[in-house]
Order: sequence, then C-alpha cells, then structure tokens
Amino acid sequence: MPAADIDTAMALLELRNVSKIYHLGGEEIRALDDVSLDLEQGEFVSIIGPSGSGKSTLMHILGCLDSPTRGNVTLAGTEIARASARELARVRNRTIGFVFQFFNLLPKLNVLQNVELPMIYAGIGGRERRERAGKALEMVELGHRLKNRPNQLSGGQQQRVAIARALVNNPKIILADEPTGNLDTHTGELILSLFRRLAAEGRTVILVTHNPEIAAVTPRQIEIRNGRIAHQVDARLAGLDRSGGGDLPPSAP
Amino acid sequence: MSLELPRIPISGMTLPEPPSMPDLPVGQTSLGNAVVVGLKEIWAHKFRSALTMLGIVLGVSSLVAMSAMVQGMENGQREAMLAIGGLEKVRMEAQRVPVEQRHLRDMARGMTLADVEALKAGIPEIEIIAPEMRLEVDPTLQANGRFHRTFMTGGILPEKMRIMEHEVEHGRMFNDIDAAEARPVCLIGTGIRDELFGRPEETGTEVIPLGRTMTINGQPFTIIGMFKRYEGEQDRKQRLEREAERQRLLAEGRTPPKAQGPSRGQGRGGSFAFWIKNNTVYMPLNTMWHRFQAGLSNAPPEPRLSNIELKVRDFSRIEQTLSRIRNIMMVNHRGIEDFAFRTFEDWSADIDRFVKNARMSGGLIAGISLFVGGIGIMNIMLASISERIREIGIRKAVGAGGLDIFVQILVESTVIAVVGGLLGLAFSRFVVLGITWVAPTGNDPVITGGAMALAFGFAVGVGLLAGIFPAVKAARMDVIQSLRYD
Repeated sequence: MPAADIDTAMALLELRNVSKIYHLGGEEIRALDDVSLDLEQGEFVSIIGPSGSGKSTLMHILGCLDSPTRGNVTLAGTEIARASARELARVRNRTIGFVFQFFNLLPKLNVLQNVELPMIYAGIGGRERRERAGKALEMVELGHRLKNRPNQLSGGQQQRVAIARALVNNPKIILADEPTGNLDTHTGELILSLFRRLAAEGRTVILVTHNPEIAAVTPRQIEIRNGRIAHQVDARLAGLDRSGGGDLPPSAP
Repeated sequence: MSLELPRIPISGMTLPEPPSMPDLPVGQTSLGNAVVVGLKEIWAHKFRSALTMLGIVLGVSSLVAMSAMVQGMENGQREAMLAIGGLEKVRMEAQRVPVEQRHLRDMARGMTLADVEALKAGIPEIEIIAPEMRLEVDPTLQANGRFHRTFMTGGILPEKMRIMEHEVEHGRMFNDIDAAEARPVCLIGTGIRDELFGRPEETGTEVIPLGRTMTINGQPFTIIGMFKRYEGEQDRKQRLEREAERQRLLAEGRTPPKAQGPSRGQGRGGSFAFWIKNNTVYMPLNTMWHRFQAGLSNAPPEPRLSNIELKVRDFSRIEQTLSRIRNIMMVNHRGIEDFAFRTFEDWSADIDRFVKNARMSGGLIAGISLFVGGIGIMNIMLASISERIREIGIRKAVGAGGLDIFVQILVESTVIAVVGGLLGLAFSRFVVLGITWVAPTGNDPVITGGAMALAFGFAVGVGLLAGIFPAVKAARMDVIQSLRYD
C-alpha cells in the first residue's frame, strides 16, 4: 500500500481494505477486493481499467453513491463507510461534484436551472442560487447561455454546464466518469484542461476512464484489475510532474 | 502518445483565485422549492395533468352539488315545518278505542272541550291550546258556480289562529258574538279563493271575496275574512318572476298568456304544507257544532273534537310535559285511550333521517368518483416516475435525499388534487345549475361553505394518499441503477 506509506497525515479521502461483494445467484462476486487508497487535496488522479475491472464500483464508493461491504472510507476525517443514505446524499451534495459521460443534465430545465439543482438540495435561497449558478457558468465560459435548454447546446457546452453544476456547491472533490467519452478530441482536451485548472485550485479531481491516453494527462494513475489496484503511477513521486505550479502540459508516458 | 493540451482562453481569463466558488452557506431545504418543482412538472405535462385533474374536478363538484341539493331539500322541509307551528307543537287526535279496550267502547266520550279546560288549568307549560272540530267527511264547497272539495274545514277557537300562524289579510276574524250565536261565517285561505273565484293569474285582478256566500255541504256561509297567501321561498321567487313577466307584457301593451292549470305543488316536498295551509276553511267551533254535529241523530251529547293542538313553552322539557298531559287526559277519559299524540319531533326526526340518508348515499357516490380520481392520480404519478428514473438518479447524485424526492412526488400529486379541487369548486355551481335545469325541484339548492370545505379537504386527502405509494417508490430508487437507466 504505497499511498498509505507516503502520507502519514490525514488524507482527504482514505480507503482502507475496502471490499465490495455482490451476490449473484448464490455466486459471490468481488467487485472490489481489499483496496486501500489515499487521495490528497488538490490531486489530479485518474482511475483506469477495462470494463468489469471494478473501476465503476470504486468510483461509486469514492463518490459516496454506494457503501462498501467491508473496510473503511474516511472523507475529510469523517468515517462514511456506514453512513446512512441520507448522510451520503448530504456528502454528495456538499463535498463531491459529479461529471458524467452523458452529461446527465435535466432536459426540461434550462442551463441556469440545471446548475442551480445541487443548491436546491443544499437549501440555498433563490437569489443566492442564481448568483452562484451564474458565477459557475461564467467560470466555464457559458455566462451567455443561461436560458438555453441542454439540447440547444453542443456536447462540449453541455459538459461544461455539467462541470459548472459539479462546481457550484464548491466541493472538495470532482469525480468525472469518462467525461470526454462523448466528445471529440479537441473538445475533450478543453474539458481536461478545465479539470487541470480545478485541481490547481486545490480540488481533488478524480478522472475515471478506460482510455490510457486520457489517463495519461493526470500525474497520478491508478489501474484497477479484477477488483484490485494492479498498478499505480505517480509522476510527482518521480519528480516528473510540476502541476499545481503552472499550466504545463502533462508529461506522463 | 502524449496529449498536448492547448491553452484555452478559459485559463487565466475568467477563473478567479482558488477557491473559485465561495463557500456554500448553510441552508435549509424548504417545502417551497418542492412546490415550485411540482408545479413546473405539472405545467410541463399540461394535457396529461388536466385529464388527471378532471377526475378530481368531477368528484369535488358532484360532492358539492349533491350536498347542495340535499341542503335545499332540508331547508324546504324545515321551512314547511316552521310554517305549521314548529317543533314545540303537539297534536292530539281522536282515535278509535284500542282493541284491548274495545269492551269499554261505550264509555269512551272522545275528546271534548272539558279536556281543553282541564289541560289549560292543570299544565302551565302549555303556551297555547287549540281544539278543532272537523267534518268527518270532506265537505264540498260551492260558490261562484264552482265546486271544490277540501279536507281542511274546521270549527276552531281563536287560539287556533296563533298555533297555526295564520294571518288574516283581508276582512276580519270571527268574534265572540259570531261564536256564541253560531253564525254561519267563515274564513278561507287563498287556495279556496283560487279554486272558487279564480286565481289572480287567471283573472288578472286579485279577487277578495269578502261578503260573498259560499255553501259548505249545502249550508250557506258568509266569507268574512281571507288569510294571506302562504308560500315557500322558492315559490315566492317563481311567482314574483311570473308577476314581473306579466307586468312587462302588460306594459308593452300585449295580453299576458293566462296561466295554465292549478299550481297546487303537491308532492313538492315542503310546498305541500303551504298548499294545505292555503286550502283551509275556518269557522267558529260553536258554528261547526251546531250546524254540522248537534242536529244529527247519532250526535254525541257534547261537542266532540277531532283534534287538540297545543304548543309547549319549553321544547327541552317536552317529554315531561307530554307525560303530564297524558296523565290528565287518561284521568278525564277514565283510562280509555281514545286519543293519540303526534309530535312534530317525529317529523323532524324523519327529516333528519332523510337528510342523513341522502347525504350518505350521495356522498358515497361522489366519494367513489373522487376515489377514482385518486386512482387516476396514482396511475399518472407512477407513469411519471417511471419515465423520470434517470432524472431521479441525477437529482439524487447531486445531493437530493430520499425525503426530497418523496416530497417532490407527493407535492406533484397534491398540487394536481388541489388545482383539481379548486376547479371542481368553481365547476360545482354549473353542475347545480345543470341539475336544476334538467330536474327542477321545489327547493333551491344551497351550496354551503361546509360542503365546499369538506369536498376540497377530501380531494386534497385523496391526492396525498394517491401520491404516497409512487413517492415511496421514487424515494427508494437506487442511485446507481437509476443513473444507468435509459
């Protein structure tokens, strides 16, 4: 468990011996098998693995969408592995921002309303909501499309709306599931560079992908196979990454 | 391959210093948000929501309309009851000697004025006591070349006028001399006048037949007075409308059409009581005795009364008073029960029972239609959540708790019910109008606030109940599953 050895201080997100076991027709499926992992604040990390590797399960646990069968998950010093659904919803609302492959915007709401959504569940008043949503949309350069419906936007624009929505509650963690999967290469690069900025701001950005080329943009890569961490690369440890200090392009192999 | 990320204008230009978003203030999830979300959802499916609401609209309006009709009938009945003296009135009628006392039949002397005196002297709780002597067979009246049969011909003491709440509008009441000399004088109701001398609507003017002679079973009587016209609220309104119409036609120089047929209004609930009251002929008790009873070969030795009506002062003590009256009567009649009590409490209880039954059955039917409306809501909510599985997943992913989703769905179903209920209340007026147009009744339907509140409350309750199951279902949906759902 290299990550745990490096950092003795409390990491932002700590997984200790986490397993997720499904039972399918009497057969036991270990989607995650004894995984331990530390994620620091401001880290830009990718989780990579083929489908069926347990990558999605890990993402669900990291994103507090699911609870592990065994093991501990500590988020900012708080144990959440046994948290109730309601507590998990609150964590998702305030601490984690999601970006999905298919954007997952609500088609009936306009751009502004979509970005306001997390704040509704945080119980923020209408005026404050509009203010913050407007600000978040300006950050992704969509301040001029507030009244548009998602289907009136291009894929890249929709993904930027989704990022604005993920950012609007000022979360510590951004969890992006194949965020470039539905975008052309150029747009995908724009989105990735946006994530890089967010990491530089001090947010932990977790990029889940099956594509090693995408994963290569992050300094740290965690490869999952058969429910275990098969391989980890940390460019910072090798002194190869200077991200956080500037806008250098990634240099992972 | 390594990705060379180009600098995009976004960096350095618009991004503020980290952290870019200000910290989130502590908030409280409010119901207001859920209501707004629910309203938007309903507005997004206008047609579907309107169809769903229709069930509630019909349920509420039929509930209100039903209640209004029953209320109208009840009002008519109560009005009629008050017109003949109200609840405090008790009536004693002569009856045949009961079977077990048949052998004492010859000793039965019937109700007499002695009873009246004894009751008057013995029971201070009696406010008014009024004996009446009727003809055993309905008499035939004749005047103005026309005949009329009536069953409300009685010889009375003046107290009868008070207990029946009769008012002499034209002419005079008979006096003591009329009574003492058994003069052939009588007072008639407007119904008798209508039959014998013509209704004002037919003749064009109101005939006041004072001083005219009318025979009762062949004996000539002078009409010395006529009562005012008694009518219910509804009848008066209709009559005034007809009258106004007639005046308008006259003013235009046209001949108004003659009214067709007698307007007896039998079988019209409360109107019947007014019809009876208008078809009354009264004469002094003594006149009745001397001209129709005393001369007969089988005449009783003293005047026999057909009934005694009395009014008690305190309705709350009517039971005690009745038993004291009964005691005195039993003593006077030597234990022979040739009289019977009839209180209007029975009638009142009948009205109550009728109203209750009508409410129950009507309410049940309207309730069923509301219930069906509720099923419609549940159905549409279930359809709505199954086409919004992904939306629910997204909402949950960005932090909606199960409770938030539960409230949202519940609000949607309740909003449908509330809007439907309000529309139903507005619509109920037209339903009532429609019913009275199709089937006119003698009683104006009365839409009461209570009925509206009840129907509305019931509709909202149905909406809430119908929303619970879909709301629970939506709240329990698994986040990951619903996010993957297509």
